[in-house]
Amino acid sequence: MTTPISRKPLSMVVPTVAVAGAFLGLFVGTANGSGLMGVVIGAALMGALAFALTTLWGNESASRWSVVALLGALGFLLGSIPGLILGLLAGWFFGWFIFWLFEGRYRGHLQPYLTSGQVFWHYAFRVICGAIFVFLITPILVVIPLSFNAQDFFTFTPEMLRFDPAGYSLKHYEDFFTNNEWQRSFQNSLIIAPIATLISVSLGTLAAIGLSQSHVPGKRAIMAMLISPMIVPLIISATGMFFFYSQIGNFLEGTVGMSKNLVGYIKVILAHAVLGVPFVIITVTATLVGFDRSLTRAAANMGADPVTTFFKVQMPLILPGVISGGLFAFITSFDEVVVVLFVGSASQKTLPWQMFTGLREQISPTILAVATILVVISIALLTTIELLRRRSERLRGMSPA
Amino acid sequence: MKLTTLLMSATAMTVAGSAIAEEMTIVSWGGAYSNSQLKAYHEPYSEKTGVTIINDDSSAEAVAKLRAMNEAGNVTWDVVDVVAADAIRLCDEGLALEIDADTQLAAAPDGTPASEDFGDLIVSDCFIPQIVYSTTFGYRTDMVPDGVEPPSEICSVFDLETYPGKRALEKRPINNMEWALLCDGVAKEDVYDVLETEEGQDQALAKLDTIKGDVIWWSAGADTPQLLADGEIFMGSTYNGRLFSVIEEQNQPVAIMWDAQVFDLDGWIIPTGLSPEREARALDYIMFATDTQRLADQAKYISYGPARLSSAPLVGTHAELGIEMAPHMPTDPANAANTFLYNYEFWADYRDDIDAKFQAWLAQ
Repeated sequence: MTTPISRKPLSMVVPTVAVAGAFLGLFVGTANGSGLMGVVIGAALMGALAFALTTLWGNESASRWSVVALLGALGFLLGSIPGLILGLLAGWFFGWFIFWLFEGRYRGHLQPYLTSGQVFWHYAFRVICGAIFVFLITPILVVIPLSFNAQDFFTFTPEMLRFDPAGYSLKHYEDFFTNNEWQRSFQNSLIIAPIATLISVSLGTLAAIGLSQSHVPGKRAIMAMLISPMIVPLIISATGMFFFYSQIGNFLEGTVGMSKNLVGYIKVILAHAVLGVPFVIITVTATLVGFDRSLTRAAANMGADPVTTFFKVQMPLILPGVISGGLFAFITSFDEVVVVLFVGSASQKTLPWQMFTGLREQISPTILAVATILVVISIALLTTIELLRRRSERLRGMSPA
Repeated sequence: MKLTTLLMSATAMTVAGSAIAEEMTIVSWGGAYSNSQLKAYHEPYSEKTGVTIINDDSSAEAVAKLRAMNEAGNVTWDVVDVVAADAIRLCDEGLALEIDADTQLAAAPDGTPASEDFGDLIVSDCFIPQIVYSTTFGYRTDMVPDGVEPPSEICSVFDLETYPGKRALEKRPINNMEWALLCDGVAKEDVYDVLETEEGQDQALAKLDTIKGDVIWWSAGADTPQLLADGEIFMGSTYNGRLFSVIEEQNQPVAIMWDAQVFDLDGWIIPTGLSPEREARALDYIMFATDTQRLADQAKYISYGPARLSSAPLVGTHAELGIEMAPHMPTDPANAANTFLYNYEFWADYRDDIDAKFQAWLAQ
């Protein structure tokens, strides 16, 4: 669908571009000492540019290239090479933005009957969504270049900003892979999280199936109790667990005669399993809503015992819920720092624990290197699961494509 | 079925494995400091005895955690590194083991008993001194205004006109109150007499008020080095070992102002409530780790002064940089021209009151 487009009056174009310029100026100005000055200069510069290019010059592609060149040069003056790159990007955007507004192209693919207010909201909504993405993603992205810092601080050094190879190094990654403390905590996380996940998935799935039966008395009360670890503030649970598991630990060590180390793992794994169970119950319960009970009756009718029915009929159908519950349980255990600080001892130090103490006692970019590795692993994990899910949907012929 | 078998055999292996390898958990402060202990004490000890040492960087909350562990009857720590003030508190509460220096610590090579070798630094019966460190100021050399001498005396912290820029101070009254009074015309020997009175405390806070707008308050030892490296502050207080690392190991444009540095002690305690064999092992470790050579070795990795008199002549060069360590020690005569010793008795008596007042002042 195309709506006929027409040139727009300068009274709309110039102020809008000036507002965008003020926004850009706010960041540039803040970085150079005065945000207010930046806003004023940015607004004036961009407003004047919009006016000059649209009324005086008029040759669109030449104008756009000149904006790119001008802002690139300004960026280079203010911040050398990174400034140049950001300046070129800003120039490209503003060159496009000015003519997009001026020629009225922004209405091109919208319904012709929309009012100006609706058109404004259409784009404002996109800007807001974009801003939300920026706020969600930037903190994660900032970590990645800093993890290649050649110095031991959380600082973008002048060498890094000049893209000087001497400002970058892999030494923090090397530290992670060679330092005993980091390796021990990584191993501990890899031991604790899967076992805790296994326990919470088994218990949580069984609980969800049991609670979905119609004849269970006091269903709501039981459900509330099972979910309570998710609702009670973690620090409170952790304090309670500390004293509770200390007694269990003393019993296992003293009376049963297990080694201190093994008891430590058992305590942390049980505590993490408790935290993971609610996630599994909630996701599996949600999947069970769509489960057709007559299938189990049909299976029983054909002579399958309940266990066979569960594994052959029910489990395959609720598997997506079980897997996503398990994923949540795994992440809960893998990310958890409060409970393990209380319940565990240093031999059970997990990755988040090591990162937490590392941040407090020594601000070392090794933490950032680990964070980067974890981000990459998480992305790989989620991508794999999504691909597997699509594949199984395709195999089952569920996908419309 | 298979999985269960696998898990059970794994469990069995863990049990068997841990029965052979002896482990002890040593609690310390983390960072470069733990690293120096690892190199100077833990590694040689593990080599000698086969005991695996696990580091727990929890010294900052040692008192609270030891209380909780004791209450729960489950003490998981074997040896704990604490500052002297915490050792005194733990000893008073019966959470730390009393040590007889002469029988339970190694004598100096020339036969001087440990109690004389450590001397006055044994500030509590439970405390085994390890290092002398100081809290002092570091400043950015490239942020000193043109034509001005770099700061060399404590009152430049309060001199915003000559030395503009932010300062980092620790978020607690200790040290800050003393420095404020010193720079408000109180003589060094009168500082604690003045600080005992309400008016004296108000006087110190009033002096701190003059720079409050330019202060960033830190709580972890890593904060000031990071802020200095960022150039976010002009000067800030921190532990001298951290400054050494910033200057010599990280090559940042930073220098130390030693004037009115405050000496404090750090050392080991052994928690009470350990099983007899764990206690014996902890004592054996302490005997090993605080002998003359070991204490001198630690100074190869970090610029803290060894607590034994007999260790001082053995302090050599930095293990990696090869520079002479003695001039970087807080106790070096050139650095120690004007010093303060942390007043344990005063702060034991007044800490709660002044803390409350200081926090209220901060919140204003």
